[in-house]
Amino acid sequence: MSLTEKTDVLVIGSGFGGAIPAYNLAAGGAKVTILERGPELGAADFTQSLEIGGYTRIVDLIQGNGIQVVAGNCVGGSSVVYFAASLRAPSFVFNRRGSTDHRLWPRAISRRTLDPWYDRVEETLPVAHQTWDDVPYAGGLFAAACRNAGHTCNPVPLAVDLDRCTNCNWMLNGCRFDAKRSMLLNYLPAARAHGAEVRPLHEVQLITKALTPGYRYQVDYTVVNPNDYRIPAGVGSIEAKIVIVAAGTMGTPVILRRSAATLGKIPGAVGKYFSPNGDRVSMAVMDERRIRDVLRLEREPGVAYDAFPIGKPIGSMSYDYLNGQLPEFERFGLQQIYFPAITNILPEDGTPGAPDWFGVDKKLLAKKWRSWLTLLALTEDDNEGKWGALPPTGNFIRVASSAVISSLSYHPNAHTLRGFAASDAALRAIVEKDGLGQHLDWTGGQPVLSAHPLASCRMGDDPATSALTADHQLRGHPGLFVTDGSAVPTSLTVNPSLTIAALAERASPGIAAAARAVGISVVGDVPPPGR
Amino acid sequence: MIVPALSRRRILQIATAAAAVIPLLPAEEAQAAILQTRATMEAWADTMVPGERRYAGDKVVLGATPGPGAVQAGAWKLYNDPDVGLGPLLPALAALIDTEAITYAAGHGKVVLGFVELTFKERTAVAQKLLGGPPGPVQLVWYALAAMPILAFHTAGHLDTATAVRDGHPGLTWLGFPQPDDDGIWRFPDFSYRRALARTHPRTTATGHPA
Ligand SMILES: Cc1cc2nc3c(=O)[nH]c(=O)nc-3n(C[C@H](O)[C@H](O)[C@H](O)COP(=O)(O)OP(=O)(O)OC[C@H]3O[C@@H](n4cnc5c(N)ncnc54)[C@H](O)[C@@H]3O)c2cc1C
Repeated sequence: MSLTEKTDVLVIGSGFGGAIPAYNLAAGGAKVTILERGPELGAADFTQSLEIGGYTRIVDLIQGNGIQVVAGNCVGGSSVVYFAASLRAPSFVFNRRGSTDHRLWPRAISRRTLDPWYDRVEETLPVAHQTWDDVPYAGGLFAAACRNAGHTCNPVPLAVDLDRCTNCNWMLNGCRFDAKRSMLLNYLPAARAHGAEVRPLHEVQLITKALTPGYRYQVDYTVVNPNDYRIPAGVGSIEAKIVIVAAGTMGTPVILRRSAATLGKIPGAVGKYFSPNGDRVSMAVMDERRIRDVLRLEREPGVAYDAFPIGKPIGSMSYDYLNGQLPEFERFGLQQIYFPAITNILPEDGTPGAPDWFGVDKKLLAKKWRSWLTLLALTEDDNEGKWGALPPTGNFIRVASSAVISSLSYHPNAHTLRGFAASDAALRAIVEKDGLGQHLDWTGGQPVLSAHPLASCRMGDDPATSALTADHQLRGHPGLFVTDGSAVPTSLTVNPSLTIAALAERASPGIAAAARAVGISVVGDVPPPGR
Repeated sequence: MIVPALSRRRILQIATAAAAVIPLLPAEEAQAAILQTRATMEAWADTMVPGERRYAGDKVVLGATPGPGAVQAGAWKLYNDPDVGLGPLLPALAALIDTEAITYAAGHGKVVLGFVELTFKERTAVAQKLLGGPPGPVQLVWYALAAMPILAFHTAGHLDTATAVRDGHPGLTWLGFPQPDDDGIWRFPDFSYRRALARTHPRTTATGHPA
């Protein structure tokens, strides 16, 4: 027997995809160890500041080729920095084919079969249902503009304690009021209460075959320096009977591809079919007078809107184009969303002629910042992204505190561009009707910006184009599961966290069964945390 | 053309070598080299977010718009912020910008010694050329150089935000960034119109989701 440390179930990453099976397996009786690359912070540590060196310690801005991705880097993963919009994917999504000739989701999964798992997640987080009284000004303005253009618009369900929330609009920094129901407040403490151990600042590099009989895999990690994640502070290995890879879409495919040399052949679909969830960001610069005269909005005497920085980032959304009767690539969600000023480099200045996103006109646009309304269309992309060369360590090359360079490339094809054009036109028709505002592209960066990276290690029934079976097991590697955003087969037309979470819940009893099969004493049917 | 067409890589090598030499120079020349770097980088920052001249005869900030710009907002501090990590590269990058400026001016029948000597319009043209290159690592470096002055102006990225807003940071003031409460924390008790402003979708589920 080797001296290497041992555990029953090793989980890589502590976001939705890691924390949820970690809870279920720990509550079921297994010994669970979670390795998390980022630091552990809580409400008392989260700042309301845009100073570089603060929020940048828990958020990565990942530069790929043709794409920029934002993701969390801390215990709790992206749930700590996310905006908490908690939406179920519409039914038609599960029947998507993209430009292939087959259904991309496994036959076993549909909205109907996923609904019980969505229920369980909503109860656990829990998800709150905003009324119009809870929707901040920006969401109200978007709703009123939708109505003015003949559209419906809904308040967005949020994983936020609405009584605790101060509407401060600092969600990206982590919530200092513990109002945002991140993994830090539900699944992770519940997993710990059942003995799960979380080790921050442990960056997994490689999965190999274990030498000890009864243990299938060995996971090698680097401990990173808390002040500079580029500097290693130690190395180690753990052997496990079951491994759950949940390093997020920006991590999982890289770890698995690096491990191909030591694990043996891995499915060809690993590191392919990346989806930015069809994210298409744009904005409107609104006309205060028209808001008052046309929409009859007034938040204080004489002030119509002037409230971009106030509130929770995501308030309202139109479901009008989430219509299964429409052709694929022409269905999308239209959402009001606040982007903090760190992305102000991106909007075009709204005047003809170059330069588009810097210089005199851009500075003049900034003068109207409080009248901005940033918008997100969640469209159907065609999974065009793929990873290139492997970085020497970790998931990408870290050049500064939160600035990293990835070999991910994403170039939207004609199908995706059709969705972009259709959603742009829909938003323009809403915000420009009756001169309410001017719709502006986000051009000052990579062509695509996404906080919702998906797929790259996706589930499916077709072995040629999917890496995982419908139970989230990596094809050809028994006991190795993937339960994070990278398992999601396609873009969702809504924000993805609730679907990632529901899938992770759905996968958990199957993982417990696989654990029992290798001699771990664990039950698969556990109550949700807190019940 | 005065400057032969060099590859970007070659220019970067020369510039890096030049930067490496700075510590070996006599103090006065080293000082001049650092001042030259700062002038070029601030002129670049002024191209990204232009500001009014700080004093009569300001040659770095050209006054292309009224009100302060990225230089006044602290772009130089952010460029040198250790968490940004660009500091050691600045002499090399400034030298590259100067080289590009010299080339550009030569192409227009003008002799200059660096980016600072260009007009605002010419600086903009040079910046566009550098920022418009093909995607890849070189382009990302230019993008980072553009991002820092924009972050300095729009976010005061080198300062604690509450302190910066209270001290009247020029960029945050320009945006109308809200003031925090007395304890330095933001809270907005008044945040909603508190009115139903649209009809909801007829097929919304009981818990607010699309069907
Ligand atoms: C700013 C922002 C706002 C968002 N807003 C919303 C929203 O409102 N609604 C919504 O539905 N979605 C939102 N999202 C997206 C949502 O947060 C993600 O889709 C979701 O959290 C992904 O969960 P995951 O488990 O797949 O990955 P993550 O939560 O990213 O977890 C992966 C974890 O693995 C760790 N890790 C990575 N590599 C390694 C390694 N090598 N070794 C060890 N650990 C590693 C990471 O540090 C991270 O903690 C937002 C995202 C961001 C960034």
